[in-house]
Amino acid sequence: MALTPPEDRLWWKQPLHGIEIGWITISLLWGFLMFGVMIYWHLTGEQNLSNEAYRINPDAYAEKVEAAAALYTVREDEQSGMPVVHPPPGSDVYMLARLWEWWPILELEEGKEYRLHLSSLDWMHGFSLQPTNINLQIHPNYEMVVTITPDKAGEYGVVCNEFCGIGHHQMLGKLIVVK
Amino acid sequence: MSNMFRTCPDTGLKVHGPAEALIKANAVAAVVFLLIGGLFGLLVALTRWQAIHLLPADLFYLALTAHGADVLVFWMIFFEIALLYFASAVLLNCRLATPRIAWVAFALMLGGAVMANVAVLQGESSVMFTSYVPMKAAPHFYLGLILFAVGALVATAVFFGTLVIAKQEKTYTGSVPLVTFGAVTAAIIAVYTIASGAIILIPTFLWSLGLVGEIDTLTYRIVWWGFGHSSQQINVAAMVSVWYAIGALTVGSKPISEKVSRAAFLLYICFLLLASAHHLLVDPGISSEWKVFNTSYALFLAVLGSMIHGMSVPGAIEVAQRKNGFTQGLFGWLRKAPWGNPAFAGMFLSVILFGFLGGITGVIMGTEQLNIIIHNTLYVPGHFHGTVVAGSTLAFMAITYLIVPLIFRRELIFKRLAQWQPYLFGLGAMGISVFMMAAGTLGVSRRHWDMAFSDAPFAFDYPPAAFMMMGLNGIFAIIASIGGVAFIVIVVGSILFGKKRDEETARANPVVFQGGGATVSSHGAADEVKIPGTTILVAVFFLSFVLYYFVNWKYLSEVWPLS
Repeated sequence: MALTPPEDRLWWKQPLHGIEIGWITISLLWGFLMFGVMIYWHLTGEQNLSNEAYRINPDAYAEKVEAAAALYTVREDEQSGMPVVHPPPGSDVYMLARLWEWWPILELEEGKEYRLHLSSLDWMHGFSLQPTNINLQIHPNYEMVVTITPDKAGEYGVVCNEFCGIGHHQMLGKLIVVK
Repeated sequence: MSNMFRTCPDTGLKVHGPAEALIKANAVAAVVFLLIGGLFGLLVALTRWQAIHLLPADLFYLALTAHGADVLVFWMIFFEIALLYFASAVLLNCRLATPRIAWVAFALMLGGAVMANVAVLQGESSVMFTSYVPMKAAPHFYLGLILFAVGALVATAVFFGTLVIAKQEKTYTGSVPLVTFGAVTAAIIAVYTIASGAIILIPTFLWSLGLVGEIDTLTYRIVWWGFGHSSQQINVAAMVSVWYAIGALTVGSKPISEKVSRAAFLLYICFLLLASAHHLLVDPGISSEWKVFNTSYALFLAVLGSMIHGMSVPGAIEVAQRKNGFTQGLFGWLRKAPWGNPAFAGMFLSVILFGFLGGITGVIMGTEQLNIIIHNTLYVPGHFHGTVVAGSTLAFMAITYLIVPLIFRRELIFKRLAQWQPYLFGLGAMGISVFMMAAGTLGVSRRHWDMAFSDAPFAFDYPPAAFMMMGLNGIFAIIASIGGVAFIVIVVGSILFGKKRDEETARANPVVFQGGGATVSSHGAADEVKIPGTTILVAVFFLSFVLYYFVNWKYLSEVWPLS
């Protein structure tokens, strides 16, 4: 049995079927809408990444982080001996990534705004703040600045979620939000 | 010259001997890497199942690197080269251009794949498939990938050469068949992809030898993902071509409209290549304007292509089935479809799973802001196991059930097992995809050996549900592995021990729908379009898409304010 209809060499001249026109139109409009939502969220949404980033030498970045830590360290973490840094609300706060730690522990105040600086001193790392679930890619030589407003007090884990060698799964940092 | 051809008793197509040999070689190599890579995948899943936690950390990262390279690149691309030769030489009744060079390409690919595997197994190259600088692998890891890429590029050139010969020697009239058109799409994307891979991997190789000073990490990511993500678009284009081919061969379907299906492929060529951006949405130093435009494939025009195929593939099957006499109700055509034929079952499951699992989630995680809650979590591998495993791999397995009788000319052994295999593998792949995405939604990191953080300086606990998700992921990985092993046993067993098919057995036991061979290789649209069943399927798909899309915005809105 021959299933092949008369072969139409001018297939591009065949008219579209109604159902096809309908589905293409819906899909096209849905695509435009999804595109628009991203722009709309930039204008009105509360969760957007800034475009602020700087080229920076890893040593220079380490110095900045250490300087801030020296100014605002309030105590040492009992378990790890890592400094806990409590910078004033509204200020610039710094955290660095290196094999295999996030340094230092930051203590922030609930509902206050901070400019969080992030960069790596060696390889690429992934800043995964849990359980609020904010995930950022951290590069060496690039300093990323994100304005954050912690909205719930508690202890947060900073998981490294970019593979960075054999100690990757030990690379866990801490961020504390106090009332 | 003519004695190099045989006429296929099932389809009436003329098959070029050297082309057939190359199709066999590439398909066999593909299956071998599927076996190796799949085994590594099972080890990974059993390690991430925290109650089992099978491998120690170093072997886990080694296995994960090997898993990515073997299945995501070697299995896929070897199989696609086989498909390209099939879609050009076989479907166009043509001789393959320069078989000798095609064998050189095969040798390069095989040598490269073996070299990369050796490098990984030596333990000094556990850098993951992405091999982000400045983490360094052994030089022969990069060299293996480069050789493989060059081989694949040469094979693609052989494909294009074959198209030219077919046109010159007038082995077909009018336009190429839709399946070949889809293969051309895959090949064009492959050229761009492989070039990107070479542009970044060659300097990285030189850097690993100490000949280049430093490679910028952001540049690496942008160019590498032009290879890493765009190569997945080769898989998509090849998979969609396979869907059309299987539909034609098993139920005699033809595209509802040639114009629409081809335009959808054209959208792939124009826009899929922007996908590198999907991986850079939370990187520093790239503007939001760049991210929004590129990540959406220019206003979602490539997504439009997939949505069109999402209707035209099942639609074509519905039209054909209704013509075949299954006109009862809305879904009589689907109920009476040849579900016991593993080629058809695998194909239809692939369409459904790719659309619902891989497709929808891909668009969602490729939305600039939504990526903040998804980047580098297990949601990412969950998504691409929906596309590459439940979608492409299942489709490629399905067409293998036709390649074995048609190209290897062997009857399938273990027919009963073959009937069950697509369901087993599809179920496993579905579970892997769903449960990894669920764990990712709960924040769990991908590529991580210990989600309990037992060696970390602080205590941190993911939600208990996340541990359950990873346990379920492990169980479904076992199911998928059983399905995968069944596939390999059936295929290898059939090639080695299956009954030889001659014209008599082909007549007595046809694997191709009567007239299907003519359909797959010719153009012209289905003349009658009544697809109420497909319309309902597509409506369900669209509603799921819209709902799940806005659910994710809801999740995002609960995250700390960021600006």
